[in-house]
Amino acid sequence: MLRRIVLAVIAGAGLAMPAVAEDIVTDFTLNNGMQVVVVEDHRAPVVMHMVWYRAGSADEKPGVSGVAHFLEHLLFKGTDTLAPGEFSATVAANGGRDNAFTSYDMTAYHQRVAADRLELMMRMESDRMVNIRLGEEEILTERDVIIEERNQRVENNPGALFREQLNAAQYLNHRYGVPIIGWRHEMEALDLEDALEFYGTFYAPNNAILIVAGDVQPDEVKALAEQYYGVIPANPDLPERARPSEPPQTSARRMVFYDARVAQPYVTRSYLAPERNPGDQKQAAALTLLAELLGGGQTSVLSQKLQFETQQSIYATSWYRGTSLDATTFNLLTVPAPGITLQEAEDAMDGVVAAFMEEGVDEAHLGRIKMQLRASEIYERDSVESVANRYGRGLTAGLTIADIQAWPEVLQAVTPEEIMAAAEMIFDKDKSVTGWLKIAEEEVSQ
Amino acid sequence: MIRAWMALGAMIVAMCVAAPAWAEIDIKEVTSPGGIKAWLVEEPSIPFVALELRFKGGTSLDAEGKRGATNLMVGLLEEGTGDLDAQGFAKASEALAAQFGYDSHADAVSISARVLSENRDAALDLLRQSLVAPSFPQDALDRVRQQVLSGIRSDLKDPERIASTRLAELIYGDHPYGSNGEGTVESVTHLTRDDMIAAHQGALAKDRLFVGVVGDITAQELGPLLDQLLGDLPETGAPMPAPAQLEIAGGVDVVDFNTPQSVAVWAQEGMDRDDPDFFAAYVLNTILGGGGFESRLMTEVREKRGLTYGVYSYLVLRDLANVYLGSVSSANDRVAQALEVVQAEWARMAAEGATEEEVEKAKALLTGAYPLRFDGNGAIANIMVSMQMDGMPIDYIATRNDRVDAVTTEDVARVARQFLDSDGLLFVVVGQPEGL
Repeated sequence: MLRRIVLAVIAGAGLAMPAVAEDIVTDFTLNNGMQVVVVEDHRAPVVMHMVWYRAGSADEKPGVSGVAHFLEHLLFKGTDTLAPGEFSATVAANGGRDNAFTSYDMTAYHQRVAADRLELMMRMESDRMVNIRLGEEEILTERDVIIEERNQRVENNPGALFREQLNAAQYLNHRYGVPIIGWRHEMEALDLEDALEFYGTFYAPNNAILIVAGDVQPDEVKALAEQYYGVIPANPDLPERARPSEPPQTSARRMVFYDARVAQPYVTRSYLAPERNPGDQKQAAALTLLAELLGGGQTSVLSQKLQFETQQSIYATSWYRGTSLDATTFNLLTVPAPGITLQEAEDAMDGVVAAFMEEGVDEAHLGRIKMQLRASEIYERDSVESVANRYGRGLTAGLTIADIQAWPEVLQAVTPEEIMAAAEMIFDKDKSVTGWLKIAEEEVSQ
Repeated sequence: MIRAWMALGAMIVAMCVAAPAWAEIDIKEVTSPGGIKAWLVEEPSIPFVALELRFKGGTSLDAEGKRGATNLMVGLLEEGTGDLDAQGFAKASEALAAQFGYDSHADAVSISARVLSENRDAALDLLRQSLVAPSFPQDALDRVRQQVLSGIRSDLKDPERIASTRLAELIYGDHPYGSNGEGTVESVTHLTRDDMIAAHQGALAKDRLFVGVVGDITAQELGPLLDQLLGDLPETGAPMPAPAQLEIAGGVDVVDFNTPQSVAVWAQEGMDRDDPDFFAAYVLNTILGGGGFESRLMTEVREKRGLTYGVYSYLVLRDLANVYLGSVSSANDRVAQALEVVQAEWARMAAEGATEEEVEKAKALLTGAYPLRFDGNGAIANIMVSMQMDGMPIDYIATRNDRVDAVTTEDVARVARQFLDSDGLLFVVVGQPEGL
């Protein structure tokens, strides 16, 4: 049964904004439990085909960190009917591009091709959902590749090493404290069995979401999806996504990270924060707006106070990532101006937050943010891929289509009082992690 | 964690097996009453307009001793104009939900704007003020200067930036391409408000302006709007620098930097877009190192040996030089082997050329992927500006794939033999590579 969904942009009181009602999103579910979302855009005969699995690094068992991402690489290595590398080669031969990505809560595979190649993409993607075939030799080579990937992204980057430590300190018990790419020593020991176990557990139609965005008709997508994905049996033993939760945090955690490769020291702080939940997104919406008020650009409170007024920072911001299956974080950051110590920078940042708690929300500022949020829905329609990604992220983070659709309205409805209540709740130093990134004095060897 | 970064540039490409996906892109040339030219695609389905403005010259126009002036000036355009200070300007653009981007690089200053239909005129008037009447307040200059200096200091400890900077120094020497457009700590520290005014006059002039517009606007509306937006800019700007004289002496240059993974880049002379062999070289590069996972370099260095996460080559077309570059990152104890494989693949291609199958596959990739680039109003505006800057005809898009398809296996073999210089490759390696 096709269900038509209307994306409505709600015009705000007092601000001129065209009421846009776009029915570009359709969703349905196959008999085996695979969810399907179609985003229509008929401006060009191109399609984005994506399969998202509700399985990410935070679904790994202890001891095999990085296996979700390792498996993502191995899915390009061949099936019963595709030779190693043939998947990407076929996409390329059809003038398309393909890739994949892994995060804490999801793994996604995608191809961008001419719309008339959709069936071929579905045939190959459904094949590797259940039919991969791997040899010991290619496993070892690909393990070297992911270790070089870790070298490039993390080991060569002191900021990334620092963030890894901060995350580990933030999450004592939940797998969000373990890097997506994996701890190096565990990556070095990953083997075929580890990869196949993750694959067998999580790669199944009832744990996947198909998103097709572009020049397609929902009916035609439905027919193809039934033909290729609908015939794969559901995994009756799919585990529930119940991960260990954090114990109450009772004291502030602090760290100083030194590295000779650091050029610009800074201070960052994270607070454990609630995420968007199905049917219950109000607090997350308030935190989203709080992060915008405090850190969203030049006119934000942190920027205005620290970069413009006192000039103690060359950059200051805050951010919050509400789309997450489990508890997320609210973050502050300040990069001190020359001559300002990290302690002074941290104190100044705390001072700004304390003053904000006294002064409250500037309603004109909030109005501008809401205006920009409404406009972002118009701008977003220029890229169906970002619409597709928004649905993929939301659905793999445990939200429903209805939650994703309601989100813009939930944001618009947030009041200054709700924002201040969210701020009261979040800014508890005892529930925070503060990190300083500092330049290590290296012995000069010249 | 994506499986591979598609490195910058090199995103070119297409398909011969079947008819390629084709977006009918109807480009109109609009000339304003005041004589400003723009390429326009009318796309009324979404109520906004994407505008891309580009001023040729960019940071290469910096005056002697003023390295970084253009970059800093561009960073200050939104930091004060007329009655508005930086905060006032930001508040005004937020209230209109207009999105303005100001950027500079070695060949151009780029302004990207997205404005809603409902307040288009007000938003473009705000943009106009930032372009024609920036006030360069001293406090903003000092504040943004600190941000630029912080970025420069960070680049000095970033192995990828160290590598690209060193390579540029070696091959371009004293030419502006030989140094970073952001400037040095020394040069940026001494830039003054007068330098900003001079850089603005030099860089943002009508004699070097190219415009692309896509969205909810008609040709009739666009003409007068171009004059309002850009008519007050000066007619002429600073003289363009001379073409760069390349000096690429083969060998390996190691920059000692204490980090576990070495970053390597390499260069040889490139090929001009107007060269009759350009498309053959383009197909050749796709096969060698530009075609993502299917390239020979990726197959040999990553897929077979696991020596890297990514290895790429790129034909770089700049206004004042053409070079052929590549990059790879590999652990300090493995990078020597990675570079050995790269050089061997360069030599093998020069000696043997590519197979018929490889050429056909590369052409399919290039021609099929070409239409995928036109994915959104902003992207199309960007492409139209680049086409104008490169002197391409307005109907180029429709003919481009034919040029790719015309390339033969023999062309690729001939160009590989003449063009690839495996012994002349200059490698720069940043890290503590073993055995180099």
